[in-house]
Amino acid sequence: MAFCATCRAVQPLAAIDHFARLGLRPGFDLDDAVIERAYVDRQQDLHPDRFVTRRAQERRYSAEQSMALNEAFEVLRDPLSRAEYLLELAGHGVDRHGETIDDPELLAEALESREALADAGSPADVATLMAATARLADACRADLSARIAAPDWTGAARATRRLRYLAKLDDEARRRSLAFGAIRT
Amino acid sequence: MSLLQIHEPGATPEPHASGGAVGIDLGTTNTVVAVAQGGAVDVIRNPDGHALIPSVVAYTADGPLVGEAARRMLLDDADLVVTSIKRLMGRGAKDVATMGGTAAYTMAPGDGMARIVVAGRTYSPVEISAEILRAAKARAEHALGRTVDRAVITVPAYFDDAARAATKDAAKLAGLDVLRLINEPTAAALAYGLDQGAEGLYAVYDLGGGTFDVSLLKLEKGVFRVIATGGDAALGGDDFDAALAQRFLAERAAIRGPETPTQAEVKLTMAGARLAKECLSWQERGTWCVEIGGAMTHHAVDQAAFEVVIADLVERTIGITADVLAEARIAIADVKGVVLVGGSTRVPLVRRRVQALFGREPLADINPDEVVAAGAALQAEALTVGGGTLLLDVTPLTLGIETMGGLVEAIVPRNAPIPLARAQEFTTYQDGQTAMAIHVVQGERETVDGCRSLARFELHGIPPMVAGAARIGVTFAVDADGLLTVAARERTTGVAADVTVRPSYGLEEGEIERLLRESMINARADMIKRLLIEARVEADRTLAALAGALKTDGDLVDAAERHAIEDGAETLRRAAAGTDRDAIALAVEELGRATAAFAERRMDRGIGAALTGQSVERLAAKLSG
Repeated sequence: MAFCATCRAVQPLAAIDHFARLGLRPGFDLDDAVIERAYVDRQQDLHPDRFVTRRAQERRYSAEQSMALNEAFEVLRDPLSRAEYLLELAGHGVDRHGETIDDPELLAEALESREALADAGSPADVATLMAATARLADACRADLSARIAAPDWTGAARATRRLRYLAKLDDEARRRSLAFGAIRT
Repeated sequence: MSLLQIHEPGATPEPHASGGAVGIDLGTTNTVVAVAQGGAVDVIRNPDGHALIPSVVAYTADGPLVGEAARRMLLDDADLVVTSIKRLMGRGAKDVATMGGTAAYTMAPGDGMARIVVAGRTYSPVEISAEILRAAKARAEHALGRTVDRAVITVPAYFDDAARAATKDAAKLAGLDVLRLINEPTAAALAYGLDQGAEGLYAVYDLGGGTFDVSLLKLEKGVFRVIATGGDAALGGDDFDAALAQRFLAERAAIRGPETPTQAEVKLTMAGARLAKECLSWQERGTWCVEIGGAMTHHAVDQAAFEVVIADLVERTIGITADVLAEARIAIADVKGVVLVGGSTRVPLVRRRVQALFGREPLADINPDEVVAAGAALQAEALTVGGGTLLLDVTPLTLGIETMGGLVEAIVPRNAPIPLARAQEFTTYQDGQTAMAIHVVQGERETVDGCRSLARFELHGIPPMVAGAARIGVTFAVDADGLLTVAARERTTGVAADVTVRPSYGLEEGEIERLLRESMINARADMIKRLLIEARVEADRTLAALAGALKTDGDLVDAAERHAIEDGAETLRRAAAGTDRDAIALAVEELGRATAAFAERRMDRGIGAALTGQSVERLAAKLSG
């Protein structure tokens, strides 16, 4: 336990996973609001601002606990990094820094959409492309959810790689539309 | 001392009660100090009712002068006066050369931290800011009648690590223990949120004298969570002044040909432009004059013309705001309110553009000059006394290290919640390499030259291995103040190596200690000054208590006694206006003697009243029991 509610004392950091840290059941289907609530509730008790006038050791524990909560929140709130983390916990970690795509099907898809983005001549073209990407990402997340629940780790790893690629594509499209000045009003 | 008895029962002020910490908004143009008690904020004002301490320091022959007095010296002794020093906090000499609106400084030679020369002496921005903080501290001490040594100080959200560290150093020099550095927009949101019980997504648009910040916050059940922040640490009302001054000078040049104004004349032209800007916030048009080389020219400007002059600057802030929203993937319709902070948001064009962007009237009902200090005071109380609210803030800029070819490898992204720790592994690129230089940078560009250099350090003692075999873990930790510490360690062998982090643009090693030593030498003078202030506070309090006593119980003194008391009070008033602490103490004592009999009679009356009350109460208790 990170915090004793009775004596309001902060405890040293325990080696637990991010789900346990936030008091959540490990899984892919987690509601944003639930994660946020769990995170904020724990920061209320553990944040260094609560320990400014306490002893140095308590202040250090609090800083460590608060950092660990922030890390857990950052990893779990984004479905993509949540999936990557679940794979890692299951011993099927995907290399997050690997840039290359070796799945030939995904490679073909990537080449095609990159070309479409390069050809997009107007903000409307980019918007259409982004909407299509969003639909694909939704389907991919649903697929990922089913595979993690099964669990089919090989299939989940493949879906995660695809989701990461779709996120990257969305990012590029967004940058492209910023360049058009489409988002600025 | 018998005079103390004059205080009304229960109304006796406690002279040196150790109370909560203060909140200080250390602004580019003005500094404000406030204190909170029970969630109610008191912005501390001088006897004239002014809350703003101009962030202006004048280095006179008699020592430094801060605030309004220093600002007035701009007219006659502009060479001795430093303004807008916040813009140089944490900056290197090289950065300053490329900044706008800094023609008014004489930079000291050297390529480390930017330093300026005033009246033949070199000062660092840290020392100059410390003077301003000392003035804020003194004002708070005078008003509260106690020592103030702890504070929450606000910084622009977009301040980088070097500027934050410099601010903390300045506080240390001023004798203030910084409980927390908090971001200005967050402080403003705190003041608004607590005031209005707001929930949901809010944007804070903060355009100050020298910095622009925009923050998006989610307010829920007393938690203020910053979602994203952006801004420009070198864009503010000063730039409006500079742009208008440019116009004045261009108009002059068109009539009179090229001129080379002195630095003092540049400062005065800027001050004139600033006045024009302020007037044009509420009046349609006006005429201002510029004097260079003894020749005066007149310049007529109306609001429309002024808006043309500043249009590009305002658009930059609007563009940054739109980018922050887009990057956080937040639709404008989801923003429940926009808060305006900073004196520059009084400019009508700024208000109109913010309103147009968000499609709603911005909130500005708390004085934009005081709202940040108010939030800082609330946070100071929450940190010391405890409270339900919590601020969760983020990193403003990406932190990374230099890798091969001058590229930056990001370690901590911007808008990551703090406090945080991130580790990344690096390796050697040469066989037998035993040392590694680590260059820490901050910024959004992918190359080192596009980022701010924060620190360089070397990791020694790596055991010789083939290239790529060593595993060097570099850990970045950002604390709740937004300050970074970096550690590095070679992992395969467990060899811990010494790491020294030297800030690229901070004070040099030992300099803080030297400055603190110097201030210790001055401490005696400071102590005498403080004792004088305390004696004056005591005198004021005594006189106020006496006036109150005479008002309620004036019938207890006869004409001769009243005459003696008034004589004593007058002597005390005169002594308090002087600088002799002993004379003040003596006058307090003498007034005490003159009022002793009066005090005794009041006591009798008070006890009589209390006894009467008590007996009735007892009687009532007996009857009912």
